[in-house]
Amino acid sequence: MNIKDVENLAKLARIELSEKEKNSLLADMENILGYVKQIELVTRTENIKPEYKLCNVWREDKFKSQDFSPELVKNQFPDSQDGFLKVKKIL
Amino acid sequence: MLDLKNLTIEKAHQSFLNGEFTCQKLAGEYLRVIKEKNKELNVYLEVFKDVMEQAKKADKRFADGSAVLMTGIPVAIKDNILFKGHKVSAGSKILENYTATYDSTVVKQLKEAGAVIIGRTNMDEFAMGVSTENSAYGVTKNPHDPKRVSGGSSGGSTACVAMNGALVALGSDTGGSCRQPASFCGVVGLKPTYGSVSRNGLIAMGSSLDVIGAIGKNISDVEVIFNLIKGRDEMDSTSVNLREGQSFVKNEGQSFTAPIIGVPRHLIGEGMDHEALLNFEETVEKFKSIGYAILNIELPYVKYSVPSYYVITPAEISANLARFDGIRYGIHKDGENLEDDYLRTKGYGFGPEVKRRILLGTYVLSHGYYDAYYSKATMVRELIVNDYKKAFSKVHLVLTPTTTGPAFKIGEKINDPVKAYLEDIFTGPANMAGLPAISIPSGFVQREGEKLPLGIQLIAPHQREDLLFEVGKEFEKIREK
Repeated sequence: MNIKDVENLAKLARIELSEKEKNSLLADMENILGYVKQIELVTRTENIKPEYKLCNVWREDKFKSQDFSPELVKNQFPDSQDGFLKVKKIL
Repeated sequence: MLDLKNLTIEKAHQSFLNGEFTCQKLAGEYLRVIKEKNKELNVYLEVFKDVMEQAKKADKRFADGSAVLMTGIPVAIKDNILFKGHKVSAGSKILENYTATYDSTVVKQLKEAGAVIIGRTNMDEFAMGVSTENSAYGVTKNPHDPKRVSGGSSGGSTACVAMNGALVALGSDTGGSCRQPASFCGVVGLKPTYGSVSRNGLIAMGSSLDVIGAIGKNISDVEVIFNLIKGRDEMDSTSVNLREGQSFVKNEGQSFTAPIIGVPRHLIGEGMDHEALLNFEETVEKFKSIGYAILNIELPYVKYSVPSYYVITPAEISANLARFDGIRYGIHKDGENLEDDYLRTKGYGFGPEVKRRILLGTYVLSHGYYDAYYSKATMVRELIVNDYKKAFSKVHLVLTPTTTGPAFKIGEKINDPVKAYLEDIFTGPANMAGLPAISIPSGFVQREGEKLPLGIQLIAPHQREDLLFEVGKEFEKIREK
């Protein structure tokens, strides 16, 4: 791993990093990956069948009143004007 | 002044009933302690303004006869549990201005029972950490020795109960976050079976591991909280109702059936504090002295628990924390364009450990590394589940220390993430396998003139919290002997 990899990962994760942060993250990542690498030593020696069943959990698609108001959304929204929520243009 | 140190939920309830003191009086006592100690220890990030109002309502329920066991009981909640109309920040700058828009299911249950929610407790940012040193709001100091950490990530909740800042508290546990700080602070910490408690309204970290847990001074109090919050909730599709299990300690009122306790000897010893190891051996002897059979067991893949945990958890974190982008709520840092807004907001709002784990998660999920890391880790996880499945065909419970030693000093592990990750060595496996586990105080060691608590951990098969409580209570009786 090198500094370019850290920059690339940060870009994918949309996190701005300072040069200092990049360097310390590079050192940490190498340290951590070096440690977790030991799982490579595990080779499956037995055929394990999970005891749990993975299944979808559905609920009825029924109309239900919810505790909700436009105010709740607006009050948390970083920017709004005249009752509209403001975001930057996407296109 | 009330004797908060020896107060239990049952005792408080009796006192409310017989008029010895009121809910308001008790809440006032806790507020007094908080005023005295919180500044130094940094346990609460916020004490809610409506505490006395809540206590007044609880008193009314005693007057009109609608009170239940939890009515008027002062509870603290970890800062990642939503309480409508109150701030909740997950110990992060990115949510410093966020107010919960709905009640989490656990808070709804507390409110319905009439519990008094005192405030929100400090934690490692987004529950990532073992010391609360990763909180954006400063470390929570250990009430037993303020030079030391209270553990984490639920260190605020455990220190809160230890300093008598609330009678009980809620935490969350992804790799040991209720049990390790409970051990450091000398209190009981329960990590229930994965899915046994609704996570609706808990700010997510690792969704295949997270569970809300209970913290108290003794097992009975923790059991009361668990019984209140457990069960299926339609707002959390991973939640389930517990099966009714057979109690073995008192088998249908017949003769006492001695439980068999498994000890994975091959995992215990290396890297452990000498006195903590000695304390553990004493614990084993104490169980033997009341007729329990102790069996040495092998859990061959459990040694890979921490390394596989630190692949799976960051992977889930990188997905779960993508939502904090400064667009809809939380802190917003303005940039040139939309992408720039994201970059600046996350760069400013997240602390070092959160950034570390998001990047690590992004890496292990990326094309070319997915098989080597993520796939492999999920395979190891299945092997760990299988290890316990085999063990539980021979023993009723598994016993280990909770931690490798007592609380460490503030700053001791801050610059070495792997060293901090190894704190999960005994606690992480229960999360990987979804098993219920509990940390119980087991004694003290002396360090530089201070008495520091130690803890032991019991792990049970899925949905067998009842066994943890039964055996744990037996241990509480013989602990001092």
